[in-house]
Amino acid sequence: MAPRIGVVVFPGSNCEHDVVQGVEAAGAQGALLWHGDAQLGAVDAVVLPGGFAHGDYLRPGALARFSPVMEAVAEFARAGGPVVGICNGFQVLTEAGLLPGALQKNGRLRFLCEPVGLVVASTQSVLTSGATVGQELVIPINHFSGNYTCDDETLHRLQADDRIVLRYADNPNGSLDAIAGIANEAGNVVGLMPHPERASSALLGSEDGLVLLRSLVTAAAATSVAV
Amino acid sequence: MRFRARVEVQLRPGIADPEGATIERALPALGFDGVAHVRAGRSFIFELDAADEGAARTTATELADRLLANPVIEQSRLELEPI
Repeated sequence: MAPRIGVVVFPGSNCEHDVVQGVEAAGAQGALLWHGDAQLGAVDAVVLPGGFAHGDYLRPGALARFSPVMEAVAEFARAGGPVVGICNGFQVLTEAGLLPGALQKNGRLRFLCEPVGLVVASTQSVLTSGATVGQELVIPINHFSGNYTCDDETLHRLQADDRIVLRYADNPNGSLDAIAGIANEAGNVVGLMPHPERASSALLGSEDGLVLLRSLVTAAAATSVAV
Repeated sequence: MRFRARVEVQLRPGIADPEGATIERALPALGFDGVAHVRAGRSFIFELDAADEGAARTTATELADRLLANPVIEQSRLELEPI
């Protein structure tokens, strides 16, 4: 049976249907989860999609981390379940403390919406296990606050532990070390600013996102975490 | 007792502040010369009930650290006055 991937809908999310479509193109069954539910139900992986959860009030992701579903997401993540935050979802994961660092306003204060070149930096994660190190992918970004920032100690730890999973080929937003995506220590929680679901069909201009989404589906199929 | 709290949130020193930098670059065009080191921030004003000033400070500080500021990149400063 195809693994079931839950996609959380916060008030203001706007990429949830694209993500469902994307993970289904990669071989999973997608299911929308409501942010106000304290349980995830039967899912094999969770995606926090892009958008403007809770209107991005205060800071992107700052209020979403208090949504009832986030306790369950954190528990699922602690148990080893695959969790991926895309764009606004990445911001939510950092605000919730599930990933280190923060996403600052882009350098030069530009809202960026364009396909960008990415380089796979590590395959030690649920999102990149099916890629190869050095592989180049073209995937769109669409954000105002994607400028990854953390303290020196965190950066050294990310580098030493091979937790930087994706880098920009041509850093568009001023991110530290050109970071486009990182993983937690175990590699089961990943956040990235680019939108793999928007590169999941040749009709969209690129299928490169499927490399990432298929990795997630593989990880979901192998998971047996129930929260 | 009731207090009025003002929490000022700013990026930590050393964290790039593109907003402050953009404002700073705009100033000479408006004829303001000699202005440097512009940093942008936000203020939050609220009232709270607490037994005394110490308790109000503890609550407001926790609130600022847990929600109003992201301690990874921001720092906050609290001013309190009884009302």
